[in-house]
Amino acid sequence: MAKTDIIIHDKKDNVGVIVVEKVNKGQDCGCWIMENDASNNIKSEAEIPLGHKIALQDFKEGDTIIKYGHDIGKVVKSIKKGDHVHVHNVKTKKW
Amino acid sequence: MDIPKSFLGYKRENGRAGTRNHVIILPVDDISNACAEAVSNNIKGTIALPHSYGRLQFGADLELHFRTMIGTGKNPNVAAVIVIGIEPKWTKRIVDAIAKTGKPVEGFSIEGVGDIDTIAKVSKKAQEFSMWASEKQREECPISDLWISVKCGESDTTSGLASNPTVGNLMDKLEPLGVHLCFGETSELTGAENVCAKRGKTKEAQDKFMKTWSSYNDFILKEATDDLSESQPTAGNIAGGLTTIEEKAFGNFQKIGSRKFIDVLEPAEEPSKGKGLYFMDTSSAAAECVTLQAAGGFNIHLFPTGQGNIIGNPIEPVIKLTANPLTAKTMSEHIDLDVSKILSREMNLDQAGDELIKATLKVANGRLTCAEALGHKEFVMTKLYRSA
Repeated sequence: MAKTDIIIHDKKDNVGVIVVEKVNKGQDCGCWIMENDASNNIKSEAEIPLGHKIALQDFKEGDTIIKYGHDIGKVVKSIKKGDHVHVHNVKTKKW
Repeated sequence: MDIPKSFLGYKRENGRAGTRNHVIILPVDDISNACAEAVSNNIKGTIALPHSYGRLQFGADLELHFRTMIGTGKNPNVAAVIVIGIEPKWTKRIVDAIAKTGKPVEGFSIEGVGDIDTIAKVSKKAQEFSMWASEKQREECPISDLWISVKCGESDTTSGLASNPTVGNLMDKLEPLGVHLCFGETSELTGAENVCAKRGKTKEAQDKFMKTWSSYNDFILKEATDDLSESQPTAGNIAGGLTTIEEKAFGNFQKIGSRKFIDVLEPAEEPSKGKGLYFMDTSSAAAECVTLQAAGGFNIHLFPTGQGNIIGNPIEPVIKLTANPLTAKTMSEHIDLDVSKILSREMNLDQAGDELIKATLKVANGRLTCAEALGHKEFVMTKLYRSA
């Protein structure tokens, strides 16, 4: 089994979670999708710490972030595949 | 794993079983705290439950106060109760309701007597209760005597990935054995409310959930002065990688596994529809939520954390688990079960669920939780609005 750096809950998700202490910029990261036990790889474009999210695709403003197979918020600043996804580029659609 | 069919608990007069054997000194109101604490200092084997409210409350808020007081006294983890209030009337109402369980309970009021004579009088009764309770022995009780409540705190993305699903796995395995289960945190289901509502077993339960959630959400929207970014998610949640309330909600929701809830309870309401999973309308603040669940009659609590919440409760043991390897390392004295190996894929959810069942039974049988050993006994009343 290849080393897992990133876990993705659902195959519909467009973000994954870093499950090692951190990933470095330019690192080739191993991803594991829990739902269907599939594996793939992604190149990280930023240093991202444990528990934080990585973009699995490019996003533009107004796009929806999907995690657990569900809508968890909207993109407020464009994001490149492999970048860090967090409060600086994503906001809630509630409240 | 073969799940044990029993645990060693304290059988109570009303047929329930406790995982603990506390004698509590319960103040009805804030100004009776001093007296209650003095008694618990005098008499070993008793515990005072000081809190901040109980005066001039009215309407639904007062009813919630009574429900919390009475439910705390009725909880099977409590062997005997002393109630102390400034005035006799509210004190008696609480005593009479607790007495229906058949356990020893006695009330005292301070007005017209003063603290010192009250403390002397109450101490004599408390000594009698404490020595009586100390004779109680643990006996074999069916696992269905466990009433398990759950709440997560200082969550991060590892909660949704692993520690919350571990609790869900336990629920999936224990519900068929006839346990009572309870989840809450109304506001922290925001974003997942429609998905959660569909987990109601009946149309009635689904509608009741949506009504409860909407009412809480309307209240938040009415009082909110900004986008709540300072409150939900919390700074701890954000540090742990949680970005939005929706993400937090879907993580939170993993705690119920694939179960369906049979009813929606008012805060501190005791379930009345038999075994199975219940949703209780609660605050999402840890100590408030667990206090309400304990008042609902739940006798053991599971608390997954990401960044490291340290909460405990005076009467309901709180078992903490984390999947965050850093938290497991840096805050090990607070963590009863480390399931971080799920993230490195050295452990699967099924194994983690079994480990949690084992840990839960150890605590049910009497092993102290980390929070108990560290002296955490947060008893926090939920107040709905200003007093009259």
